[in-house]
Amino acid sequence: MNQLGFPILSLITYLPLLGAFIVATLGGDDARAAAKARGIALITSLAVLLLGIFVWARFQPGFAGYQFVEAAPWLAGINVEYRMGVDGISLFLIMLTLGLTPIAILASHGIKTRVRSFFAALLLLETMTIGMFAATDFILFYVFFEAVLLPMYLIIGVWGGPRRIYAAVKFFVFTLAGSLFMILAVVWLWRHVGTTDIAVMTHTPIGRSAQMWLFLAFLAAFGVKAAVWPLHTWLPDAYGEAPVPGTVMLAAVLSKMGAYGFLRFALPMLPLASAAAAPLMFALGVVAVIYISYVALAQTDMKRLIAYSSAAHMGVIIIGLFTFTVEGIEGALFQMLSHGIVIAGLFLCGGVLTARGEALTLKNLGGLAANMPVFAAALMLFSLANMGLPGTSGFIGEFLVIIGAMKVNFWVSLLGGAGMVLGAAYMLVMLRAVLFEKSANPRLAKLKDLNAREYAMLLPLAALVMWLGIYPSSFTHAFDAPVAALVQAHIAALNPHMALAMVTAK
Amino acid sequence: MTPSPLLPALILGLGGMALLLIGVLAKANRAQGVTMGAILLLLIAAGLSLLAPDAVLFSGLLKTSLFTRYADTLIYLGAIAALILSVDFNQREGIARFEYPVLVLFAVLGMVVMVSAADMMTLYVGFELQSLAMYITAALARDNPRSAEAGLKYFVLGALASGLLVYGISLVYGFAGTTNFAALAAVLREGAGAGTVAGVVFVLVGLAFKISAAPFHMWTPDVYEGAPSSVTALFATAPKAAALALLLSVMAGPFGGLVAQWQLLIQILAIISMAWGALAAIGQSNIKRLLAYSSISHMGYALMGLATGTLAGVQSSLVYVAIYVVMSFGCFACVVAMRRNGRAVERISDLAGLAGEHPAYAFVFAVFMWAMAGIPPLSGFFAKLYVFATAFNAGLDALAIIGIVTSVISAFYYLRVIKVMYFDQGQPQFDRTAAGPGFVMAVGALVTIFFIILPSPLVAAAGAAAKALMG
Repeated sequence: MNQLGFPILSLITYLPLLGAFIVATLGGDDARAAAKARGIALITSLAVLLLGIFVWARFQPGFAGYQFVEAAPWLAGINVEYRMGVDGISLFLIMLTLGLTPIAILASHGIKTRVRSFFAALLLLETMTIGMFAATDFILFYVFFEAVLLPMYLIIGVWGGPRRIYAAVKFFVFTLAGSLFMILAVVWLWRHVGTTDIAVMTHTPIGRSAQMWLFLAFLAAFGVKAAVWPLHTWLPDAYGEAPVPGTVMLAAVLSKMGAYGFLRFALPMLPLASAAAAPLMFALGVVAVIYISYVALAQTDMKRLIAYSSAAHMGVIIIGLFTFTVEGIEGALFQMLSHGIVIAGLFLCGGVLTARGEALTLKNLGGLAANMPVFAAALMLFSLANMGLPGTSGFIGEFLVIIGAMKVNFWVSLLGGAGMVLGAAYMLVMLRAVLFEKSANPRLAKLKDLNAREYAMLLPLAALVMWLGIYPSSFTHAFDAPVAALVQAHIAALNPHMALAMVTAK
Repeated sequence: MTPSPLLPALILGLGGMALLLIGVLAKANRAQGVTMGAILLLLIAAGLSLLAPDAVLFSGLLKTSLFTRYADTLIYLGAIAALILSVDFNQREGIARFEYPVLVLFAVLGMVVMVSAADMMTLYVGFELQSLAMYITAALARDNPRSAEAGLKYFVLGALASGLLVYGISLVYGFAGTTNFAALAAVLREGAGAGTVAGVVFVLVGLAFKISAAPFHMWTPDVYEGAPSSVTALFATAPKAAALALLLSVMAGPFGGLVAQWQLLIQILAIISMAWGALAAIGQSNIKRLLAYSSISHMGYALMGLATGTLAGVQSSLVYVAIYVVMSFGCFACVVAMRRNGRAVERISDLAGLAGEHPAYAFVFAVFMWAMAGIPPLSGFFAKLYVFATAFNAGLDALAIIGIVTSVISAFYYLRVIKVMYFDQGQPQFDRTAAGPGFVMAVGALVTIFFIILPSPLVAAAGAAAKALMG
């Protein structure tokens, strides 16, 4: 089976499902059941986090293939197996999901209606997301990828803001339409390769023209999830309307599903098409970085501003992925982690204010630095990290992407790097409006600083931001091997004669 | 000890007559007791039919095999679920008549006969027996004009279909010289003239009426809407499974040599059904009409497997119809439970706010909607995956792509039902769900949700059934 002789990935994946079931079937009066549901959800998510840390500890970083693999017969007759495994690329995305779920649960204090259903949906979301990152069979991946929609649709639609129904339906329709193209591509690949094992599919050559079509299909599916411009229009609505924990999961984890899809499928399976599409993807990335940054600058609502900033940073990730350099891809991966943590922190800061009954329009806010110093410090830290200040996580990712892009094209590097400057502009505008400017709102001066629960959700994130920023190699050394293998395979696919040379050199 | 393969049919027929006598002779209304008796008879017949061996009966008029047992099981399942749903519903609606379970038994007998038919004549006899029983059940609420209209409409269009079927059979007989399936298969393998092909087309049209494949679906929305919900639950399950199984057995059996001739027709039927079912459902405000259009599109997907003309295709159709039957009776259990102040309500907007008032009920309903939309991880996704995969593998790319597109379109109206239940404000104030619908809902939901864990037994059974059919 695997080095543990024990299906730990499945355990991590389905333990939240068990938690969701227990939470959903809790009896008793509403207030008591709500408290119990919160407790059970938190304990479940912390337990899986511990299991995740155990996996991380036993993970062998130098190995490029899948570890902790599991395989079991599943769909008879059509040659689909149940396969799970992690490599350096998916490990940290799983860790990110595991780490952010308990924080999202802590942030769900504002949920007052149908509390049990909410926590059940949140745990269900955790199961689906982890399963998606851990699946190493394409059909299994697709099942989880789609299933993520169900709890998220309900989270936005039931517990969201005033325009929640519009946002939920838009989110569902966009993603479902994207997935439609993916299933077409999956079925085509399935017929071509004869199996849906991702490892086998990655090493099967595909003709050039077919690659182009498949790439377009993947672009539709993963581009929507990653909110690549111009497929991003669902994002501000969904982020803006979802309740805070939902926004945290959407922005921090679910948006990574798209980037992960590009990295796991589009790049290794379709090297020729990816190389051909690189200029397009660079263009889309640069547009995202610059145009969406300007849109962010024009926002009057804190939550929407952060939402647009999130979309802008996804542009950086896309640029990094398509440089096909070790630096660029590692930068993109690192940026995925960093973005997940930073954006979660920023949305949680917004949630802190919402919990105190304040609307998040920038006009309404101001001068909070005086009476909420710890909150101000946290918001400042996450904002600086979002701008990419050296010493924070945001710097490493953006810097690596810029280096990678520099190797490929100076202008891409320059324009992509402009995002850091523009990011500084809109984040500072937000900081000034929230923390420093005088406000006409008299209630603001009476707001209390963070309470223990809010410390518990913001401190770990702040610590992670610093850890990633100061000692990045504890993360990068795990994805060195798979990324190097990916880049090498890519170069070999583009230059068949060089591949031969590499074989003989060994 | 292995029971005789004829025993299930005998039990249904004789048991049905006995129950009829009890109902007639009893002084009080024995509808409840007769229904229970009918359920018991169906259970016994189902068990016996699973134990019965393969056989050819009455010198080649009937033939039982793994395939017929597979189809019979689905028929029994659908009929039992529908009868369980009817117990409480019919009583509350004031239509608790003992004739209903008896008619259901006769209809099931007809279905079992037509599925096991090995001759055009037995096929027709079984087909008519189930049809006649069904016409009456549609008009069960005879004081309700809509129900009476549904019965009449079903009868007129059904009679037309029967006419086409029997005309087709006579053409085939006239040109091929036999009505026996095995002999027909041998004759038609040599090739067929225009007359035979015309006969095949008529037979196909007659059967397409029964499974309500577009463009022969016109009766479906009206009958679904007009018939009492408990009866609609029956229409949506057992006869659909039976007619589809019959279509498979006729097309792959006696007409198996003419794949090239009928393959395109089946494809066209599949495409029109999928597309029309998806588009026409969008504007519906009545949940039963919506489910009627949904069943039309589901039949399109099920036909997609047959359209490949291969063993894998028949297998995927069988998998599809099994999953469909479970989703369908679960869904109708939810519809049957829609009652306010002692009256059945049927508008989708009546469901507004259900999730707040009855979370479990709303969740189960949502599960069926999502499953029908084909969203993983629910069973409906795998049903679609199997047919799409076999269509792709058979080189029918265009068909599969159309199927995927229409399934996304249809996702929107299923989603609307969920939206109404979960997001819209309202107070459905539904009456307490009775035990019967609650039980059927729970069973359906469990199977639909947990199918993902153990899909292989069903798929293997369908594979064995397809093999038994096609050899």
